[in-house]
Amino acid sequence: MSLLTRNKAPKLAEPNAGRKLFGSRGATITVWIIAIFWTIPTLGLFTTSFRRKSDISATGWWNLFIHPHLTLGNYSAIFSSSTVSGIPNGIMPYVINSFVITIPAVIFPITLATMAAYCLAWVKFRGSDAVFYGIFALQIVPIQVALVPLLNLFTGGVHIGSVTLVPALHIAGKFLGIWVPHTMFALPLAIYLLHNFISSLPRDLMEAANVDGASHFMIFRRIVLPLSVPAIAAFTIFQFLWVWNDLLVALTFTGGTEGIDPLNNKLAGLAGTWGSHWELLTSSAFVTILVPLVVFFSLQRYFVRGLLAGSVK
Amino acid sequence: MSISKKGLLAGVATATIALVATFVAPAAYAGTSAAACANVGSGYAVQKGKTVEVFTSVVGDELTRYAKASADFTACTGIKINWNGSDQFEAQLPVRVAGGTAPDLALVPQPGLIAQMVATGQAVPAPSAVVNNINRYWSKSWRNLGSVGGRFYAAPNSANLKSLVWYSPKQFAKYGYTVPTTWADMFTQSDKMAAAGQTAWCGGIGSGGATGWPSTDWLEEVVVREAGATVYNNWIAHKKGAYFSDAPIIHAMNTVWGWMGNSKYVGKVSTIATTSFQDAVTGIPSGGCMQLQQASFIAASLPKGSVVSPTGDAWVYYLPGINPAVTTPVEGGGEFYLAFNSNKATVEVQTFLSTPQWAVSRIKAAGSNGGWLSANSGVPAATYSNPLDALSAKYLSDSHSTFVFDASDAMPAAIGNGAEWTGFTDWFANGTPVKTVAAKIDAAWPSASN
Repeated sequence: MSLLTRNKAPKLAEPNAGRKLFGSRGATITVWIIAIFWTIPTLGLFTTSFRRKSDISATGWWNLFIHPHLTLGNYSAIFSSSTVSGIPNGIMPYVINSFVITIPAVIFPITLATMAAYCLAWVKFRGSDAVFYGIFALQIVPIQVALVPLLNLFTGGVHIGSVTLVPALHIAGKFLGIWVPHTMFALPLAIYLLHNFISSLPRDLMEAANVDGASHFMIFRRIVLPLSVPAIAAFTIFQFLWVWNDLLVALTFTGGTEGIDPLNNKLAGLAGTWGSHWELLTSSAFVTILVPLVVFFSLQRYFVRGLLAGSVK
Repeated sequence: MSISKKGLLAGVATATIALVATFVAPAAYAGTSAAACANVGSGYAVQKGKTVEVFTSVVGDELTRYAKASADFTACTGIKINWNGSDQFEAQLPVRVAGGTAPDLALVPQPGLIAQMVATGQAVPAPSAVVNNINRYWSKSWRNLGSVGGRFYAAPNSANLKSLVWYSPKQFAKYGYTVPTTWADMFTQSDKMAAAGQTAWCGGIGSGGATGWPSTDWLEEVVVREAGATVYNNWIAHKKGAYFSDAPIIHAMNTVWGWMGNSKYVGKVSTIATTSFQDAVTGIPSGGCMQLQQASFIAASLPKGSVVSPTGDAWVYYLPGINPAVTTPVEGGGEFYLAFNSNKATVEVQTFLSTPQWAVSRIKAAGSNGGWLSANSGVPAATYSNPLDALSAKYLSDSHSTFVFDASDAMPAAIGNGAEWTGFTDWFANGTPVKTVAAKIDAAWPSASN
């Protein structure tokens, strides 16, 4: 019997093998169990943020459902000018700073990287491969190594002996001084990812456009950009989460004032020198994760959607 | 499509920048206030619109108290103090100094970090007004802690004291015991307690992964009391003549063994290693054991309802000195203001922070719970609303005090948070000979530390 089956015409791989595997009832149940387990800590954090400090230390967060005793105290303490948090005007100025830092620090690298990726993929010039591999190799440099030299460049410039190669840029402690490092640190990975995507676009499309007389900019603008939306959106999510959650770069390049510090710089300190106000961390942590959640859910369909499907027959 | 989206985002960004600008617009300076100046002292020039950044590891509500305490100074001089707290202070300060964005002033909690910052060449020695204040208000050992290579850099901020012994005033009154003022008296009385069948000393060094640390304090107290600050500091630096196996430290370890390792006073010695340091204090109010050497924070571990007062269930006395040549030995910690420039505004703030006026307003800002002490002898004792603080401050601000930093915190982590803890735990649990314990700790000393 088995011989017979084997002797049949060679079987092609099941086209939807993956879908079948993950679409089975067992897989669905497993995924749900994993999802629930992974969400429980967040749910606990969320409910805890509405409980009073004495309740939090006395009983577990699930008791909120048995004995509902809600308070907005943890939220009002971080948003108002309370002495508890140690932040004179509440966290709102820092939330705004986080946006002012994050939005340009996402737009800048994406813009540069998309153009660079197109250029490296479709504009043949001498040494373009070398440039691409060079950029790819830059990913190996850990950002921790670059932090202090970059800060030195901003504050003191570059000198060899008494010859000034680069004058002091004087952008440390300003918004530009944090957009630039974030852009720099993001570019290698952004160019690499987008290059891989853009170079896999069908050559026929580019050639057809070329025959129709389109310039490189036209091709980039009319063909490459619309087709690259999934890749751009995917990288936007990565970059947004990275910059929003960043603490290291912000600590190094911001000046520690209300005018520029992002939220993360202040979050850790909310609990106080001796950690006596740890309850404030519940509400502030939830405020911080709210924004990435919104970004993720609004862009997540690009993770699964393939825009390219159907564009080329 | 992408352009319109970008345009929108750019618009949002600009709008948020504008919004931030309105948020951070500096508040208009109201002008010199006579009432505020009365609390600040004289000699400050008005410098409107200047901001001085003080970078510190203090965060949260504690930092609010610093801002509150400096409000009068700002009202009087127009200089705004930006108290910039970060829980990453120890890591960030070297980065900022190396990167050229050093703060105006840093509140450094470790003398070792002061030396490290001075070595970068960016820290500046204290201005003459601060030098005058340190000479006038602090004991010599505090000045030495803020000095590097013979030059004075950093004036102290707050201080804390470990050299305390907990006892129960009620139990002492019941049995007719008195607070001892000399090391010899303390042991004569302990002998009396032992003769009466009481446990003279409580002890517990259990602390999870940090088991052993309370016993390092016992040795530190004895080392400074017997051998003085020079040997003590050489001991921290692991200099020849002050290794664990060298005579002064071995002698001190034997003294500790005759005290906390003495079954006459503590009962079964090995239980010290298995009793948690919090549980050690629970016997004080009931007289289960009579005395415990521990810092003031242990009050939180007293049984519920215990009254902490000079006539209540629990109170402290100062652990007396041993060697009369070592005057008022005190062990504890503190922080120091280190400046990175000599701008007029920085100097003025630095000067203010070294005055008794600053200490007094900072103590008042702490409120009735206290918790902030100064070793500044210009602070009147009546300023402290918490009597425990007042008692600690009395010894810290003694102009003859021999102040030393907690040695196990200042030694390399492999020793101070490692070999010393495990060695001492072994010592108390198994009665391992002193010389073996000392040799093991010396052998563990990281060779690169010198």
